[in-house]
Amino acid sequence: IMSLFGEVPQATPVAVFKLSNDFKEDANPKKVNLGVGAYRTDEGQPWVLPVVKKVEKIIVADNSLNHEYLAILGLPEFRSSASKIALGEDSPAIQENRVGAVQCLGGTGALKMGAEFLRRWYNGNDNTKTPVYVSAPTWENHNAVFANAGFEDIRPYKYWDAEKRGLDLDGFLGDLESAPKHSIFVLHACAHNPTGTDPTHVEWMQVAEVMKRRKLFVFFDSAYQGFASGCLDKDAWAVRYFVTQGFEMFCAQSFSKNFGLYNERVGNLTIVARDSDNLKRVLSQMEKIVRVTWSNPPSQGARLVAITLNTPELFAEWWDNVKTMADRVLLMRASLQAKLQALETPGTWDHITQQIGMFSFTGLNPKQVEYMIKERSIYLMASGRINMCGLTTKNIDYVAESIHETVVNVQ
Amino acid sequence: MALLKSSKIISTVGLHPPLGILSIRASSWWSEVQMGPPDPILGVSEAYKRDTNPKKINLGVGAYRDDQGKPYVLSCVRKAEAQIAAKKLDKEYLAIGGLGDFTKACAKLALGDDNEVIKSGRNITVQTISGTGSLRIGANFLSRFHTEARDVYLPKPSWGNHTPIFRDAGMQLKAYTYYDPKTCGFDFQGALNDISKIPEKSVIMLHACAHNPTGVDPRPEQWKEIADLVKKRNLLVFFDMAYQGFASGDIDRDAWAVRYFIEQGHNIVLSQSFAKNMGLYGERVGGFTVVCKDAEEAKRVESQLKILIRPIYSNPPMNGARIAATILNTPDLYKEWLGEVHGMANRIITMRELLVANLKKEGSTRNWKHVIDQIGMFCFTGLKPEQVERLTKEFSIYMTKDGRISMAGVTSGNVGYLAQGIHAVTK
Repeated sequence: IMSLFGEVPQATPVAVFKLSNDFKEDANPKKVNLGVGAYRTDEGQPWVLPVVKKVEKIIVADNSLNHEYLAILGLPEFRSSASKIALGEDSPAIQENRVGAVQCLGGTGALKMGAEFLRRWYNGNDNTKTPVYVSAPTWENHNAVFANAGFEDIRPYKYWDAEKRGLDLDGFLGDLESAPKHSIFVLHACAHNPTGTDPTHVEWMQVAEVMKRRKLFVFFDSAYQGFASGCLDKDAWAVRYFVTQGFEMFCAQSFSKNFGLYNERVGNLTIVARDSDNLKRVLSQMEKIVRVTWSNPPSQGARLVAITLNTPELFAEWWDNVKTMADRVLLMRASLQAKLQALETPGTWDHITQQIGMFSFTGLNPKQVEYMIKERSIYLMASGRINMCGLTTKNIDYVAESIHETVVNVQ
Repeated sequence: MALLKSSKIISTVGLHPPLGILSIRASSWWSEVQMGPPDPILGVSEAYKRDTNPKKINLGVGAYRDDQGKPYVLSCVRKAEAQIAAKKLDKEYLAIGGLGDFTKACAKLALGDDNEVIKSGRNITVQTISGTGSLRIGANFLSRFHTEARDVYLPKPSWGNHTPIFRDAGMQLKAYTYYDPKTCGFDFQGALNDISKIPEKSVIMLHACAHNPTGVDPRPEQWKEIADLVKKRNLLVFFDMAYQGFASGDIDRDAWAVRYFIEQGHNIVLSQSFAKNMGLYGERVGGFTVVCKDAEEAKRVESQLKILIRPIYSNPPMNGARIAATILNTPDLYKEWLGEVHGMANRIITMRELLVANLKKEGSTRNWKHVIDQIGMFCFTGLKPEQVERLTKEFSIYMTKDGRISMAGVTSGNVGYLAQGIHAVTK
């Protein structure tokens, strides 16, 4: 019988998950996984935050809770407290009742909802041809999220300067100046993925000035708030600055990393509108999009986050847990850089400590990456991106030596 | 909250601001965004909430309620949760296709433990965001890969959210006759007539059991004829099974049509929801299955489903799937679950019988047989919009304008009052 799906081609696997698979199958006892962006302890283990364990017990013990549907836009106490995390408790925009939110399935889901909305409603009713700019490089799923939402013109904006291993500010500003008016720009709020390179405050101010003047749409992706500096407010500086500049904007928030709630899919699309009337209409249309995608979001993770954020002692404990994670990353950065320097590995390695957040763009080229994987069983992305959380006090020497050997032997 | 069981699509309404405000609104990106239409079901629930009549009844709710009118958390669910909590599992991302323990058990539940499809590995089952998410992934998959036909044929009427889901995915919607308002039953001949005219390779949507919103299901002999005709027409069958176990109380009986079609050689696609039968509504537990020609094709299809899922939400939520998997894979919990599903279905069936008995007691001479013949959570009463409006205004009994009531909202405590009201508006 002819199959309806006889012509369906085998798709190439998602790179980062394939990497994890290959790592799993590697028998080398010294293997190290520097691929997937999830936090690991110094024992190389996943870490369920102590505050999360506490709140889970609270939830299990509460017999008044049930599994009923959440509202289409999600749990209200989650949405509002999550937006406060991004914009600040005392955000004037919140006080002016022009901030709303949609609870979504992780950061991906928040990007998806924002993208779908923009395609339908941003600048006229059909934005399939509106250019969407993502940083070069960027998280590998950004492109697919916007393409799947119907955007046909997704372009890179200059961001990473491979030679100087830092931000290409001139290139970035240049692309902002030359982008067609009303283009949509996806900005990383902090801890840029994959480069770990963030603009300074002054640089952000320059970016904002051009975007305001040229009427470009601000779409923040905030997946690592707290992870960059260890301080949630510091990491939200860019988002909050843009709000003070009067932008109407979206901010896709993920609580996967800073709450360690990866598999509960906890995300929030924060919407800053000109006024509450515009906000109301925007939210009503968001509901329609949610309904044809997942109807209403999962309750467990949102409950967890809401209880934590709205209970002072638990909130303080969470800040502490976040700092624990950020501090370990900073320690590994300092360690790795020191060891490479001690080994006198060719090249400069300051970028390891200058970069921020979970990831580091090592500067290793694809051939060197292949060598690391094949010869040393150290798994990292072809781009040279490593997850600092994969480093531990026990494996850091091996990793440093391997980088040294690779750089010396492979060009 | 049954937020989505609307059986009508209301057109959008534009807002026209007074001139003075125009200049402020003109400086917003969103000035041209129209106000989205209110959801008909939400509207019902909201009006119900505002009503101060102590005798009020909410029959719009598409979620099970116990005989006290309260949400019901299954005992097997609480036990599973306790077991899971004790295991101290991590929260690492699931695979894009979801929790393996869940997807395997999900497929077995639908197709039967010994099903040849599962044994030969020619199904691919992915975890989805409940039934809606499953239908959406299915719609996206068909839209991208089933390029010979763009049309999806829904029964008339169907769940209100089917149409916007398929439309948003780029498919076109058509309908086949299904409900007979004269009998409040199945228009079998009408359905066969319409199906016989459906162009080859089109997608036909079938509700596996407990048709929503009518509660009207084909009998097995009728299913057989439909299966035959669908094969003759060479149609792609999309089964929506949101109520397995909830219809008759027996999970195998409720899956009979799905299994029969597969036996007859239909390589179906199937959406499953665990919102109702495990009471896991807000945890968003569902599955999407494609029955393929062979295991090799299943691998290719799986790879493409992952490509579709990743840009929507990357990977699915763990909590509900973990609970469902624990129940399905632990013999005592599974047994307990079957008992509880049976209990829920039984309460619904009892309420149907009680309602009819009470209507007779009130002196109603109308034929209410369909209330008992229909199956599942919903009942298409046959009430007209004017009668529904009277019921709401005069008796504080809330339901959707199409006369659909959720039997889950009926209790032994309110069935008498409900019968009174219905009789009053129909005599």
